[in-house]
Amino acid sequence: MAKTKEMTNNNLLEVKDLKISFKTDEGIITAVDGIKFSVKRGQTLGIVGESGSGKSVSTWSIMRLLPKNSIIDKKSSIKFQQKSGKVVEITKFKSNSRELREIRGGEVALIFQEPMSSFSPVYTIGNQIMEAVLQHRDVTKEEAQEIAIDMLDRVGISNPAQRFKQYPFELSGGMRQRAMIAVALSMNPSLLIADEPTTSLDVTIQAQILELMNELQEELGMSIIFITHNLGVIAQVADEIEVMYLGKILERGTTNDIIHEPQHPYTQALLKAIPRLDTIGERLTAISGDIPSPLSRPIGCPFYTRCEKVMPGICDVKMPEPTQLSDTHTVYCFLYEEKNV
Amino acid sequence: MTTTDLSTQEVQAPITQMESEEAQRYYSASQFQLIWWRFRKHRLARTGALILLTMALVGLFAEFVGPYSGITRVSEAVLVAPQAPQFCNDDGCSLRPFLPGITSERNTETLRMETKIDPSVRRDIYFFVEGEEYKLLGMFKMNTHLFGVEEGSIHLLGTDSLGRDIFSRTLLATRTSLSIGIIGVIIAFVLALVIGGVAGYFGGGLDYAIQRLTEIVRVIPVIPLYMGLAAAFPKEWSSTQVYFAMTLVLALVGWPTLARRIRGKLLSLRGEDYVIAASLAGAGPSRIIGRHLLPAFMSYIIVDLVISFPFMLLSETALSFVGLGLRPPTVSWGVLLQDAQTVRAIEQAPWLFIPALFVIVAVLSFTVLGDGLRDAADPYQVSG
Amino acid sequence: MVKFLVQRIIGMAVTMFFVSIMVFIIMELPPGDYAERWAFRKFSGTGAQITEADLDNIRANFGLDRPAPERYFKWISGIVLHGDFGEAFAFQTSVNNVIGQKIWLTLAILFSTLIVTYLVAIPVGIYAAIRRGSAEDYALTVFSYLGFALPNFLLALVLLYISITVFDSSVGGLFSPEYADAPWSTAKALDLLSHLIIPSIILAWSATAFQLQTVRATMLDELNNLSVTAARARGVPEWKLLLKYPARLAINPVVSTMSFDANRIFSELPIVALVLGLPELGELLLKSYLDLDMFVAGAILLILTFMIVFMNFLSDIFLAILDPRVKLIEG
Repeated sequence: MAKTKEMTNNNLLEVKDLKISFKTDEGIITAVDGIKFSVKRGQTLGIVGESGSGKSVSTWSIMRLLPKNSIIDKKSSIKFQQKSGKVVEITKFKSNSRELREIRGGEVALIFQEPMSSFSPVYTIGNQIMEAVLQHRDVTKEEAQEIAIDMLDRVGISNPAQRFKQYPFELSGGMRQRAMIAVALSMNPSLLIADEPTTSLDVTIQAQILELMNELQEELGMSIIFITHNLGVIAQVADEIEVMYLGKILERGTTNDIIHEPQHPYTQALLKAIPRLDTIGERLTAISGDIPSPLSRPIGCPFYTRCEKVMPGICDVKMPEPTQLSDTHTVYCFLYEEKNV
Repeated sequence: MTTTDLSTQEVQAPITQMESEEAQRYYSASQFQLIWWRFRKHRLARTGALILLTMALVGLFAEFVGPYSGITRVSEAVLVAPQAPQFCNDDGCSLRPFLPGITSERNTETLRMETKIDPSVRRDIYFFVEGEEYKLLGMFKMNTHLFGVEEGSIHLLGTDSLGRDIFSRTLLATRTSLSIGIIGVIIAFVLALVIGGVAGYFGGGLDYAIQRLTEIVRVIPVIPLYMGLAAAFPKEWSSTQVYFAMTLVLALVGWPTLARRIRGKLLSLRGEDYVIAASLAGAGPSRIIGRHLLPAFMSYIIVDLVISFPFMLLSETALSFVGLGLRPPTVSWGVLLQDAQTVRAIEQAPWLFIPALFVIVAVLSFTVLGDGLRDAADPYQVSG
Repeated sequence: MVKFLVQRIIGMAVTMFFVSIMVFIIMELPPGDYAERWAFRKFSGTGAQITEADLDNIRANFGLDRPAPERYFKWISGIVLHGDFGEAFAFQTSVNNVIGQKIWLTLAILFSTLIVTYLVAIPVGIYAAIRRGSAEDYALTVFSYLGFALPNFLLALVLLYISITVFDSSVGGLFSPEYADAPWSTAKALDLLSHLIIPSIILAWSATAFQLQTVRATMLDELNNLSVTAARARGVPEWKLLLKYPARLAINPVVSTMSFDANRIFSELPIVALVLGLPELGELLLKSYLDLDMFVAGAILLILTFMIVFMNFLSDIFLAILDPRVKLIEG
């Protein structure tokens, strides 16, 4: 594969200064405010945040799937290295252009939280997988059918030839999520965006799906962006984790950094809210207060309104600069900036 | 690209949390206040309501607003075209509006009487003039009319082939047509509420019978069904009898559908979480019905009533138009349009179609009003 | 599928049974009795004196002296067993003769109207939903409102007027004079088609307004569906995506309300037919109501309703084919 100077550190995707706003009746709302992240080849990036944190918006923008009233700021950059080795700037593509359609599915695939509604009820599973295969691979219909059935088999669906002919409502929830993964992988993408893929599933099925994703990643060597609000889930799959809050990234590090040495008060609070075997007997603590409305976004650090360690006169004045704690671990918090000063 | 789930989940949801006093006012308002606030914002629906109110008032005081009774014939003014009041003629201008005179001559070739406009004559229009005697609201003897001329005659919307004033007749027709719709809807509604409620409460045979009946009423083409019932009116019936029979026919065909919808809505409301929660919390049936079911239900019913009006109006018009509904001397929009059944009418006297404009405006007004109410009736839904 | 069909056919029969009772009640409603009207038609102007005994004879002949349930049974069994709808006194012949070929003309009007309705409502509704909020969308909403509000006889008169003054030809009737009594031929069929255009447009007017709004609303719902985003995320081209996913589903409510359209069309048919002078069942129904020729009226009401019920049956089948979920629920 031809390496280009533009991509560093074996990165597949580099997102910089990403700012996304929505035009609404109530005014312009900024959902994602100048964030930066990158995904390495063959690795999994986890993005954690509560609903409204902008985690879905920022990743959907990689495929330019945002609604019409969305505005991606001109300074934003989403660089992606295609299979051909060519590095493209996704924000520069015209909507619905051919280049964009090649990226969608063929290079970057997306799986959703709701496997039921992400399939059309009136076409068979097979029809929808074949559509994906035929769109991105130069194969005949017969070959596409073979690929589809093979893929259903690989994601652990029993009796794939029969499932191929069935409709989405004839499958169980776990099966549908497997089928959804099959659709995504049948297009042979180099990046898979999994948007809360296990949230609507039972815990046992959840574990199966996570295991399946880990296996498939090893087998196919693709990168994954895994979005969830559940730190417990992400610890099982991610190599690196970004913590998002109200359109900003608050902390970034390896899974080990974030789970075992969380530095940002928000990350710490999130972790305290998860039941753990080693802390049995301790009370779980919820984060007090609600996420502020994006219409009245706090000035300064977005989390200061709910932060236990808030420093009045500092946190509510401007957004903290990133503090590099180690090669891999970065935090956006005045607690650490102060120490540096 | 269009809106996707993303926009609703991630962006819109937090927006609904309005800030400050406005939000306080919003959360503490009663349901009808909320409906009213939302309705006021709906400009089109407000316009519709205003138009209908005007029509109802004008219809109610038709004898006062119109210069003539519905049966007065002005023999020298046959098939006069609509006349617009003017302020100027060749002799100059005045503040008082006036109309040109009308004369009639016998055409020497066809031997028919023909009316001509005579611009040299000036008929001044006065307000609150004395004219034909009538009973206002059927009770008060009066002879004052809103406007009129002292000599000759005034026909703002022209006259028909018998020299009757279309303006006055259309106002009377407005009263007939609107009232027939209102009485029809009310009877249908009462029937639907009582029978539908009973059926929903007791279930069983009566419920089954109503289900079947609505099914039949839904498959038989409606206007032919109305016509079949209207065809049975005896010829010797007086116009009053026919009038009330018409309201009954409209109600009889209308109620099963309404009853079915009331029943369905009641059943679905009964299963709502907040109703179940109330009963789990120990609320008695009267409290559940009065406090939870009725408020949710009333707005729905009102909307339903408003949107069933246009159909009643159009049905009445259609039936009377073909001679199966109201009959002269009763005047309704449909009866007036009987004069306009042929293409010749369009050529010779297009103003005979003016009552049709009233039908269209009334139906449009009811439709936009119904739309506005429906939007407003759901005050907790996000965005309009 | 066989079970599904049998269920539907039984349902259809039950509905028609209740409808026939309703129709019979309507036939019995007019005051005075059938014998008097029959005798009046037959003998008026002939100078014959009718005595009460003659009337009793006529009553006995027609079985009018029998109780209502027996008369109903005789009437309905004549229709079901022999296809005999009784006698049309105003025409002095059997109802079957009077109705005869008008059934086919009525069906021709129904289907041409439905075709016009769907050809306009489906693509335009889809377009309006895609261009939501645009000037075209608002224009179409206004059109829909007018479609609800404009009495169809007015539209018929206006179109008739325009065709006479502008095109100098009459759009009335279903055949040109030279074909009216001619045997069927290709030329006559084409002549019929050309005469169907205007009535179809008039009758389709309000049906189109309704269906256009239905298609637009469903389409808007479906456009928001995650499955559309999912397909877009697979790189499916936009136009292909719109046709395959939301547009395909926007057709379902149209199919499931086909019988309502038929109902609406038949509802408006008598009056439009009166204005345009169309020799089909609607016009005849109106005439027989005015003449109180209730056997003809009853027969027509029954036939029109049967067509609607049958359309409902068809739409059930189409829906089962179009939407795989239906079969599962219905078993």
